[in-house]
Amino acid sequence: MSEGTQIPADRRYTREHEWALREDDIVVVGITDFAQHELGDVVYVELPAVGGRVTAMKEFGVIESVKSASDLYSPLTGEVVATNAELAEHPELVNDSPYDRGWMIRVRADDITELDTLLDSDGYQQVIGAA
Amino acid sequence: MSCSCSEVVAELLRTPLAERHRALGARMAPFGGWLMPIQYEGIVAEHLHTRAAAGLFDLSHMGRLAVTGPEAAALLQRATTNDVERLADGAAQYSLLCNAQGGILEDLLVYRLPELWRLVVNAANRRRVIDQLDRLRDELELKATVRDDTFDQALLGLQGPESEAILGLLGVSAPGSLAYYHARQDAIVLADRALASGGATGMLASAGAALPPIPALLSRTGYTGEDGFELMVAAADVGVVWDRLLADPRVRPVGLGARDTLRLEAGMALYEHELTEEVSPFEAGLSRVVRFEKGDFTGRDALGQLRGVAPARTLVGLGFEVGAVPRAGHRVLLDGDQVGQIASGTFSPTLRRPIATAYVRSAFAEPGAKLQVDARGVLVPARVVSLPFVPHQTRRGRAAAG
Repeated sequence: MSEGTQIPADRRYTREHEWALREDDIVVVGITDFAQHELGDVVYVELPAVGGRVTAMKEFGVIESVKSASDLYSPLTGEVVATNAELAEHPELVNDSPYDRGWMIRVRADDITELDTLLDSDGYQQVIGAA
Repeated sequence: MSCSCSEVVAELLRTPLAERHRALGARMAPFGGWLMPIQYEGIVAEHLHTRAAAGLFDLSHMGRLAVTGPEAAALLQRATTNDVERLADGAAQYSLLCNAQGGILEDLLVYRLPELWRLVVNAANRRRVIDQLDRLRDELELKATVRDDTFDQALLGLQGPESEAILGLLGVSAPGSLAYYHARQDAIVLADRALASGGATGMLASAGAALPPIPALLSRTGYTGEDGFELMVAAADVGVVWDRLLADPRVRPVGLGARDTLRLEAGMALYEHELTEEVSPFEAGLSRVVRFEKGDFTGRDALGQLRGVAPARTLVGLGFEVGAVPRAGHRVLLDGDQVGQIASGTFSPTLRRPIATAYVRSAFAEPGAKLQVDARGVLVPARVVSLPFVPHQTRRGRAAAG
């Protein structure tokens, strides 16, 4: 099922299929290639307001495919400094470019070392290999 | 996302095309007791392709029953709400089975064929329909037999504007002459070379040695709002017919995911969503298929009492702006008070925004009424709109328009 699924080694992962990429003191968050493939056509993404707080492993938004709605889980705790406004018009970017143009939120982490507690690409590969 | 339900999956029924679905990379899931393809390349792409060209559906999970015997018509008159005597030979009608209280037990198609009455019923209700018919037959001591052909035959749907032209290449006699909601026994002729090359050259019958004709019941029916056909063939024959249809570059396989978005755009009911035992035909907007003048039938007394009274709730279409998608079971509100509930909700690939059906208090059922839906805690503005969401392109629809 994970055949051909991309898992870049430059970032960290949750068991709930979000990725977290560090850019200096900011962390960019999105969902994985595996997740977008499982969801199918993404038709709506509900994101928190800029300035809002997100908490590690708590819901920060909702992603909807044609058939279902799923919660999005934050990889870490911090303040939302930006959201991907392009997703309002083009939610399909999550399918087309999950690791780049389909990003969801940028978070200023309270504790950047929280990233080290997340899965690396090998660890995430094992999670989806067993799915 | 993972499924550790292998025991349950093992008990699911499989259509004769199950291996082909797997080979095509379909995502399979349980539906009505069957393991069925939900999507191949993706729901939106399959949906749009069906409206633009042609989609091929495996509908072999649907129950297909034959009712025969000298009093078959009498049994169907007593069991269903529509009037089977209005059917000419080769014609089909949409109908309902109701319980004694007037609640809907099943929605189905009834075909009047020269040799038998053919019923096409929902997969999950097949047993229930057979039991209901057998019980009525025994109770009324009618000379009629109900036979279950579901496992001996397969059912394919070919839906979309190119369907007629595509079927014309299969050797069936003038599919264009078949009227909407009509069926006839026909035969599919596949040439050897056509099968091998898969080309749509228009000369298939003469291009190579013809295989023996495959008997097929061809009907101009569907569940998408598009022009299209359904083909009933023997289970042993369906593989080559499926392969030949898919070899046409205009045809793509379509799963149950897009079948649901297509039928909802077309404003067509799905059992367990718009129709349940708790719902009357009048609430569901189906009074046209309840024929009191034909005589007695199950549910007639209860429905006769309900007929004279305005229903407390009514099935409506709801239109939305881009945003959260309302789903079955979500509450419909007016100024914070619940006035209804979503029956089906999805994202419309054609309109590129959410659509839904809902049962709402009849006072708020007029098109234009402004309501809200509680979609997972988010209050979404909704407007009552008339059904269907997307106009039908069936032959009858075109005839009426022209």
